[in-house]
Amino acid sequence: MGGSLNANHLMFLGYGALWTIGLSLIGLLGGGIAGFIIALCRISPSRIVRLLSAGYVQIIQGTPLLVIMFLTYFGLPTLGITVSPLTAAGASLTIYVGAYLGEIWRGSIESVPKPQWEAAEGLALSRSQRMVKVILPQAVRIATPPTVGFMVQIIKNTSLASVVGFVELARSGQIINNSLFEPFLIYTIIAVIYFALCYPISRISRRLEMRSGPARLSLGTA
Amino acid sequence: MNLNLDFATILERWPAFLDGALLTLQLAFIATLLGTVIGVLGAIGRRSHHPVVSRICGIYVEAIRNTPLLVQIFLVYFGLASLGLKFSAFAVAAAALTINVGAYTTEIIRAGFDSIPRGQIEAAEGLALSRAQIYWHVVMWPAIEKVYPSLTSQFVLLMLASSVTSQISAEELTAVANYVQSDTYRAFETYILVALVYIVLSLVMRAGFWLLGLVIFPRRRRLGTPL
Repeated sequence: MGGSLNANHLMFLGYGALWTIGLSLIGLLGGGIAGFIIALCRISPSRIVRLLSAGYVQIIQGTPLLVIMFLTYFGLPTLGITVSPLTAAGASLTIYVGAYLGEIWRGSIESVPKPQWEAAEGLALSRSQRMVKVILPQAVRIATPPTVGFMVQIIKNTSLASVVGFVELARSGQIINNSLFEPFLIYTIIAVIYFALCYPISRISRRLEMRSGPARLSLGTA
Repeated sequence: MNLNLDFATILERWPAFLDGALLTLQLAFIATLLGTVIGVLGAIGRRSHHPVVSRICGIYVEAIRNTPLLVQIFLVYFGLASLGLKFSAFAVAAAALTINVGAYTTEIIRAGFDSIPRGQIEAAEGLALSRAQIYWHVVMWPAIEKVYPSLTSQFVLLMLASSVTSQISAEELTAVANYVQSDTYRAFETYILVALVYIVLSLVMRAGFWLLGLVIFPRRRRLGTPL
């Protein structure tokens, strides 16, 4: 209708793909920091901190990312806080990814064998020393395969930023489709680009899982 | 920051939210049911000795698991439309969710199948059970029992992911929220309420799966989705 697919359209898609990668990195970084704090809070000696962080995880894991996106982008302005699509998408991903990575990492920290904690305590290391010098280095090895696997979920979930008007890969596809109206072709191209971004990471994750012994079932969202 | 929240205006619309929540549950129910069937068939297919069959099942799983649900939904919705096939948004949403969750279910059930010790299958062969009998009695039910917690978590995630179908105007909970907030200009309250409804729905689903687990796996009552 509006001409055919040309190099400019592909450039635009490439630009969208770069923003998908950028947004994924923001989600990974922000969610990683949030998740680390959550993981530590979940195993805190303080009961209140444990309960609050568990509540946070339950609430976020019971809410769709899409609703969190709408809440930050359309909800906050009704309270007088205006946010840009990038801020809304970045904040939503941070909140969402934090809850999931927090749970993955809590599991990893807790699966470090108990004698390691006791031995570290026996060596009169303080709680923070035990964490930094004994537990975390071992937990990181356990956490690597599921964390890499979750990166695929982050990349796929950035597609939801399109609903708040952030021009990443899915949104740039929608925009091109609106002018060309060749949905089958364009969304196939979009799907192939997402696949090209995600599949290598899936493969790496699986290889890491095999190397580290018993495969854990990783859950997927969206 | 002017904090004058008005939940009353939103709560007046409760019949719309109820309809939306029911539609969300319907979508989740259909996709869970059909997704389980696809999952079992897909897992059998992936373990098939026939290279073409196992290859096709593998491609299906990888293609779905490495692309976003949003794009899958658009592909099904606009793809079918451009072929001249008209379906309701609900039918397309249910189909897309089924195709999506089927891939995850295939992977989970296959992991369950792989966890059945070879000795059990050899013992069943020694007892002269047919291939179908072995699959049904020795492989499938114990495998599903083993992965039941992962399966149910996946189905709860599916219910939450069904919110994405609001983008093709399936009238589920999130679509209702979008409509109500554009009507009342009370976006914050609307989405907070909807988030609460989703949390309740996911708790209801988990409770349901826990009860179902007690019924279908009476042998090990302690197994099942932890509430």
